[in-house]
Amino acid sequence: MNFPQPLLQACHLHKNFGGQQSIIDLSFHINEKECLGIIGPNGAGKTTLFNLITGMVPASSGIILWQGHPIEKKSGAQLARLGIARTFQNIRLFKQLSVLENIQIAYDSQLTYSVLGSLFSFSQKNLQEKKSIAAAMDLLAMFEMTDVAHEPASSLPYGFQRRLEIARALALNPRLLLLDEPVAGMNSTEAAKIMELLRWIQKEFSSTLLIIEHHLPFIMELCNRLLVLNFGSLIADGAPSQIKTNPAVISAYLGNDNDSEE
Amino acid sequence: MILNDYLIFILITLIINAILCLSLNLVNGYMGEFSVGHAAFMALGAYSSAIITVKIAPTLPPLFLFPMAVLIGGATAALAGIPLAFLSFKTRGDYLAIITLAFLMIVKSGLENISYVGASRGFLGIPHLTNLPWTLFWGVVCFLCLRNFIYSKWGRCIMAIREDEIAAEAMGVATRSAKMMTFMISSFVAGVAGALFAHQLQFINPSSFDILKSTDILVMVYLGGVASLSGSLAGATIFTLLNQLLQPLGIWRMVVMPFLLVLLMLFRPRGIMGFREWSWVKIHRDRSDH
Ligand SMILES: Nc1ncnc2c1ncn2[C@@H]1O[C@H](COP(=O)(O)OP(=O)(O)OP(=O)(O)O)[C@@H](O)[C@H]1O
Ligand SMILES: [Mg+2]
Repeated sequence: MNFPQPLLQACHLHKNFGGQQSIIDLSFHINEKECLGIIGPNGAGKTTLFNLITGMVPASSGIILWQGHPIEKKSGAQLARLGIARTFQNIRLFKQLSVLENIQIAYDSQLTYSVLGSLFSFSQKNLQEKKSIAAAMDLLAMFEMTDVAHEPASSLPYGFQRRLEIARALALNPRLLLLDEPVAGMNSTEAAKIMELLRWIQKEFSSTLLIIEHHLPFIMELCNRLLVLNFGSLIADGAPSQIKTNPAVISAYLGNDNDSEE
Repeated sequence: MILNDYLIFILITLIINAILCLSLNLVNGYMGEFSVGHAAFMALGAYSSAIITVKIAPTLPPLFLFPMAVLIGGATAALAGIPLAFLSFKTRGDYLAIITLAFLMIVKSGLENISYVGASRGFLGIPHLTNLPWTLFWGVVCFLCLRNFIYSKWGRCIMAIREDEIAAEAMGVATRSAKMMTFMISSFVAGVAGALFAHQLQFINPSSFDILKSTDILVMVYLGGVASLSGSLAGATIFTLLNQLLQPLGIWRMVVMPFLLVLLMLFRPRGIMGFREWSWVKIHRDRSDH
């Protein structure tokens, strides 16, 4: 295991909201093809970390390197085009758009036709639109969602909305995929399906995954390395087997009365 | 013959209203912002086209002059859409609505003070160049172009912004350029309507483009249905016809119209065709999947 350069590296990140410190001096890295888990009690700053990495909120200080280049100044859309895709803790689909259109949005930044091309429907536009639909339909087929392609996203059951959100993030063809509690609110059969899906994504798309999850058995099984956050600080970084027996982690979880089955 | 002229007048008014409706629906319905300033874009189109036909090039043959004036009217309005687009990068919703209102007031009081275009007395002597064929032509062009725009990546992007701007950003949507294009296209189209309007009535004054004009367009859009081309056509048609049919009621019309609107919002808050289209309006690219 010799990686010349991490895919993403965070150095001394801080984030304050007003007086509240949500991320405190956080440094970590993630290597290509890794599956890295983030755990920690409620309010530990996990989602905030995702927001920093994806450019949704600016860091108060610190550096984030993407393949060695600083990216803190880039907008969320630029980072998405660089290959950082995410899902949200509270699913954020384009509810009134169809399932197909939700996926197509992810392809749209790659379509090159101009505004005039779109107003007057030049042939280049029709060609690119057709290609985008074909690619989206292929992806939906892999997610077994072909028959709901033309339904509005809001009409899908909860589990499928999660799947669609993951599919939409994958449509960006990301180098790094960030998943914020992908099995929250699911029963164990549904969670097992998502686990299977993520394993398949790892294989099929050779993606690098960064996953926040409260469901400990799930994340211990899926990830090869875990980060543990508590009150904005990194308190452990290691293989799941090490994390399980780490006294600081145990006390953080017990001290917060936090249930691993949340 | 009198009746015929009257009908043609109504038909032209209807088409101009439909163009206005399509324009406002792009911003309010598809992009999910709330503009109350569209009368200002219409005013800019009306005045700048009239300047061309009255002051700058009155001797050119109408067949060449009129389309040029309409295009310049649209372009002027589109330029005025740029500052609003910039402001929409920073603010949304209620705040942007207030800004569009301020914009309308600025344009109107600006026109009231420019004596070159007649100031508050109004702009007189505009040639009668708007006829049914030209109006139909511009109506069809605006409809087809906006339909193409909506069924394109740009249309999807502005709908994504409406649904969830943060998620759109996370999906790589260039939200700023999408907003810029949308404001410019929408105001261009409103400018075209303004140019047609000026050369239909042959007289315009700043108070033709006040908040009431904007309200009329809003009523048509919400009556017909937001985020719907069909709705824009339906809204403009019903509004124009109702306006004529209720003419005998005189001042009572001002009571009946808002009352109908209240009923509509109670029983059909999305308007007649909100978020839906008649099938001939849709563009299908993937029939094989059906
Ligand atoms: N936009 C914001 N404005 C103010 N405070 C915020 C903001 N976002 C997060 N916080 C605060 O930062 C802290 C960390 O929140 P965050 O959502 O990152 O926690 P989390 O680890 O994801 O928790 P959970 O497990 O509940 O999702 C919380 O105390 C929260 O109140
Ligand atoms: Mg969270």
